[in-house]
Amino acid sequence: MRRFVADKTRNLVRRASTCSPTCPVSPRPHHPPSLLSQPTSPPFSSSSPSHPSSITSPLRFLTAAALHPLSFPASPNSMASNYSTTPVTLQSVNPKVLKCEYAVRGEIVTLAQKLEQDLKQNPDSHPFDEVLALCDHPAILDRSETQGLFSADAIERAFQILDQIPGRATGAYSHSQGIKGLRETIAAGIAERDGFPADPNDIFLTDGASPAVHMMMQLLIRSEKDGILCPIPQYPLYSASIALHGGTLVPYYLDEATGWGLEISELKKQLETAKSNGVCVRALVVINPGNPTGQVLAEDNQCEIVEFCKNEGLVLLADEVYQENIYVPDKQFHSFKKVSRSMGYGEKNISLVSFQSVSKGYYGECGKRGGYMEVTGFSPEIREQIYKVASVNLCSNISGQILASLVMNPPKVGDESYESYTGEKDGILSSLAKRAKTLEDALNSLEGVTCNRAEGAMYLFPRIDLPHKAIKAAEAAKTAPDAFYARRLLDATGVVVVPGSGFGQVPGTWHFRCTILPQEDKIPAIVSRLTEFHKKFMDEFRD
Amino acid sequence: MSSKPLDYENLNKNVKECQYAVRGELYLRASELQKEGKKIIFTNVGNPHALGQKPLTFPRQVIALCQAPFLLDDPNVGLVFPADAIARAKHLLSMTSGGLGAYSDSRGIPGVRKEVAEFIERRDGYPSDPELIFLTDGASKGVMQILNAIIRGEGDGVLVPVPQYPLYSATISLLGGTLVPYYLEETANWGLDVNNLRQSVAQARYKGITVRAMVIINPGNPTGQCLSEANLKDVIKFCYQESLVLLGDEVYQQNIYQDERPFISARKVLMDMGPPINKELQLVSFHTVSKGYWGECGQRGGYFEMTNIPPKSVEEIYKVASIALSPNVPGQIFMGLMVNPPKPGDISYERYVRESKAVLESLRKRAHIMTDGFNSCRNVVCNFTEGAMYSFPQIRLPPKAIEAAKKAGKVPDVFYCLKLLEATGISTVPGSGFGQKEGVFHLRTTILPAEEDMPAIMASFKKFNDEFMEQYEDHKGYSRM
Repeated sequence: MRRFVADKTRNLVRRASTCSPTCPVSPRPHHPPSLLSQPTSPPFSSSSPSHPSSITSPLRFLTAAALHPLSFPASPNSMASNYSTTPVTLQSVNPKVLKCEYAVRGEIVTLAQKLEQDLKQNPDSHPFDEVLALCDHPAILDRSETQGLFSADAIERAFQILDQIPGRATGAYSHSQGIKGLRETIAAGIAERDGFPADPNDIFLTDGASPAVHMMMQLLIRSEKDGILCPIPQYPLYSASIALHGGTLVPYYLDEATGWGLEISELKKQLETAKSNGVCVRALVVINPGNPTGQVLAEDNQCEIVEFCKNEGLVLLADEVYQENIYVPDKQFHSFKKVSRSMGYGEKNISLVSFQSVSKGYYGECGKRGGYMEVTGFSPEIREQIYKVASVNLCSNISGQILASLVMNPPKVGDESYESYTGEKDGILSSLAKRAKTLEDALNSLEGVTCNRAEGAMYLFPRIDLPHKAIKAAEAAKTAPDAFYARRLLDATGVVVVPGSGFGQVPGTWHFRCTILPQEDKIPAIVSRLTEFHKKFMDEFRD
Repeated sequence: MSSKPLDYENLNKNVKECQYAVRGELYLRASELQKEGKKIIFTNVGNPHALGQKPLTFPRQVIALCQAPFLLDDPNVGLVFPADAIARAKHLLSMTSGGLGAYSDSRGIPGVRKEVAEFIERRDGYPSDPELIFLTDGASKGVMQILNAIIRGEGDGVLVPVPQYPLYSATISLLGGTLVPYYLEETANWGLDVNNLRQSVAQARYKGITVRAMVIINPGNPTGQCLSEANLKDVIKFCYQESLVLLGDEVYQQNIYQDERPFISARKVLMDMGPPINKELQLVSFHTVSKGYWGECGQRGGYFEMTNIPPKSVEEIYKVASIALSPNVPGQIFMGLMVNPPKPGDISYERYVRESKAVLESLRKRAHIMTDGFNSCRNVVCNFTEGAMYSFPQIRLPPKAIEAAKKAGKVPDVFYCLKLLEATGISTVPGSGFGQKEGVFHLRTTILPAEEDMPAIMASFKKFNDEFMEQYEDHKGYSRM
């Protein structure tokens, strides 16, 4: 399967890189490229001829891509003329769509997602399957044969959940915030986690955490004068969403030298710069644990962040989808809700939106699209508006809603499933920790590569000091240097990584993101292939 | 406390302006009353399972097996699940990239998209390309994605029928575009007149709007009318001449309650028209698992199919779809099953046909019961529900009622619907939520309440309506001699 995937990717990459970009004859105003652009990239590169001028001077210096204006891969003339009079062409499609980029996507990287399925291929790691199956087919619940197929407490749990669904109709649209009983379960789970109460009316269940992020961006962004502070490196959902909604991304740099630390002084500096450029900064995005960087924030750091948002009147958008992925004994997850409440800040003091998902953790149910946001510190009028926007899509999928409630309310001590559940969970998490360490060590042993430890999440984000010869070769191939390395790596080993420029990085530095998800027994082979490739690469390009 | 970003006055204006009446004022009031213990009949949204319609057995069997694949290895599985469901589950699971819990291709599982393409080909007689079919979390998400690609700013207009399903008005509003209404003709059974279209477009252009797309909802929501082939041809020609992309909302294609105008897809008509138009007119068609006789609203399964959209635009649409990583996989499974149901000879075939027929026959019956029931009420005129799931009677409100509404600070049909709700527990959506001609009022209800409950519901409505009209009508000829 991997060979097939690698071959397919190679072909795609070859096809894309042989498209030679041509610049249109008429002079085009030079526009600052978007934050995450690469000079050329496979099918999804974009150049928007009528790119709205945005306040992007901080962005200009972020990548070497600033040296190269974006350009289209050549399109045969005949194709263009066939469609030139139709309403939806590249020239007339919404430019915000063209502008937005999402490096984690595209065929090459979709294949990367497939590798993430390794988490799901472990046949024993399915703690919630039975309950979901029963909820999907309640007709069999009363039959005695069912008891031969399903465990007793899965059946009981299914009954409990179905009793919270009017008419046991899992095929019906639910309340637009999600089924009330499930939200109550989730609120109870949050309260148990944090030691502070949670209100089911603050919870909006969504098809994964991503739609919830989009909703908040929609609410916050009125025009390109509205800015959102985002960490660099960041998960490119944020940059893409901000672009789609026509806003401005205001970057703040995480400090690689201090394990990707988040400095308040950096936040303050970027906020001031944005303000002086006429940008109205509305919110701060914090990803904890971080993606791609994996750092887990220290509690006092979190207090500073809360204080900062409160003083500057910013909405705190806390992406906490990796809260169950922590691999180091010296760090712990603390939700921003808990931290704010511990500081004595309540509803009237801090506007906070916390995002959670069923896609990560030890459950990894990405395909179910389950997630929620907990919205606190907003007036009832705002809540009505959020509700209104949620209601246009009627509701999120029920299966995902049920899963979210199971994730936030797993088996407890004394439950029949508790032991097997804990066994599965601990097994998965300790395996992830092991894999993180093994890969981190392997990467650090490579020439010119330094890799911070993965304290949490699912990724490693090593930095490579690429020799000048490699950088020149990349330029000649009209690719960003980290993409050049990644492509070579793919060709030689079949290992798919995402170039750091997809996430943002300090200009002149190069990274790539890889997951820690390949099965334990496959890791030695991956490490040796990677090591061999890297040595050959450095031999070829060493200065 | 200084002004904060999510204070009401600082919110994105587009959010504040968009409206979605289906879960708006009436629904919220109905929910309040329900909490207070009043029995409410929710007819505000096409949500069949919430009103007692049972899910079809076969898809639920298959999805349960897909959710818990360990069952497939259990020797006792055959005691609870039929062999064809087991086989289908295995087949579908093999098409996923790691079971239901794994992100799929952002466009949807390729195997399912292929089955959708085959369904379309069987239905229309023309091949369909799976690469141009994207699965989505419900058809609504697909509509939002496509409109997002089309609308650049308020200078861009989208032709939308009035009355319309307010997903369109809400989304256009959220995206900062302009809705260009074209009126359906109530007296001609909600017919679509191309002259109305031309007029609407001319007016919009006069105001400086670039009209980019045209939405048709066929069968209509809330109006239920089924477009004739001739009508579809006219629409297609019109879009071609005016350089509009046609958006065909066909989610109710399996809900047809008359035999004069069976469903015919916009794509089939387009292909039948031959070159050059069949290769040039840009069309996006939408479908779902939420309607028909499946009614699996909660699964959030849908797709859109693109015709004559240039590859680079398709790539951009793919790019945006990929930000959400993938549509939910169980919903995709439902879609795969819907387009490829049990066939003659399959173990589950007879039961499947029996269950499906029962639902459709009952819906047809209920369409009649409701239409006739409304028409027997004072000052109420109701076109027959030819298709979809709704009834949209016109309520001729007397002037005194309209005055009373104004005094209460309510739009007249909202006023009527609130009174109806309070008196009878019937929760409807006022016609103003869908758009209507000035001074003409309607309400939308679904035809989904159970058949056995219908007579009582219609009687309850009639009682309320006739008393309301009695109360507010002018009694001419009343002499005080």
